[in-house]
Amino acid sequence: MMDVISILFYFFAAVLLFSGLKVITAKNPVHAALYLVLAFVTSSCLWMMLGVEFLSLTLILVYVGAVMVLFLFVVMMLDVDVETLRKGFWKNLPLALLLGLIVAVEMVLVLLNNTKIVTPINADPITNLSNSNVLGWVLYTQYSYPVELASMILLLGLVVAVALTLRKSEKQAKYQNINRQVSIDSKSRFTMVKMDAEVEAPTAEGEQK
Amino acid sequence: MIGMTHFLVLSAVLFALSVMGIFLNRKNIIVVLMSIELMLLAVNFNFVTFSTFLHNVAGQIFVFFTLTVAAAEAAIGLAILIILFRNLKSINVQDMNKLKG
Repeated sequence: MMDVISILFYFFAAVLLFSGLKVITAKNPVHAALYLVLAFVTSSCLWMMLGVEFLSLTLILVYVGAVMVLFLFVVMMLDVDVETLRKGFWKNLPLALLLGLIVAVEMVLVLLNNTKIVTPINADPITNLSNSNVLGWVLYTQYSYPVELASMILLLGLVVAVALTLRKSEKQAKYQNINRQVSIDSKSRFTMVKMDAEVEAPTAEGEQK
Repeated sequence: MIGMTHFLVLSAVLFALSVMGIFLNRKNIIVVLMSIELMLLAVNFNFVTFSTFLHNVAGQIFVFFTLTVAAAEAAIGLAILIILFRNLKSINVQDMNKLKG
């Protein structure tokens, strides 16, 4: 007789593995992206079972909300010929199965031999804070510099994505002209202009109305 | 009772699936990118499991940063994909041979 936790775990694990399998075998990339969304949602449920509340919600918000929508957008925008892309699928299947099996068996063998099983916790047992609270405390004190680094990485991603996809035309963006920059000399940088000294004209009092 | 091993085996199988995905869909770079996302998910699963069962919050912090890097990677990868498609009119990996010397 299984308890509720076990039933939930096996259900979510089955859905996760099924959707992972469909991601790599789906004919249409749109279906693959949608199955990937299902995989993310299911693993978010499993993380919630582990008590990792903040990260499981972040997974839904960041991955399903942002990254997968981006994927779907790109997949639907590109007019892709699916048939030519799937040509090598059946030819590669034996090699892929062999490699996948080797990876899985190796990892499972390692795991089965050295694990000590402890019960999970939902919160910090000493201070009795919630998961998000504990994460926030550690993130903004001990890991504050890495957080700033992460923000720089996100900014880099933003800038690079815009810079890459911008079309190289004069209308949209200003570009350097390397030839003109290299072939410059001192005369074109600095010019002397002869002009008369300016004398401020006396203004009348009544003019400023 | 569901223990640590269950979660770790699940993430190992998920990782193996995504390795298979990269080999199966070698020509379709979109599905390769999706397989990489699945791989990152499996790795994050490992981090979360160890963090929970070994009572150490550092694993969850690491997942946080992995999510950040994965988001940036997906954005840049898809941007590269778009300019590739714009220039080559295809996303077949075998058409990307312009850097051959």
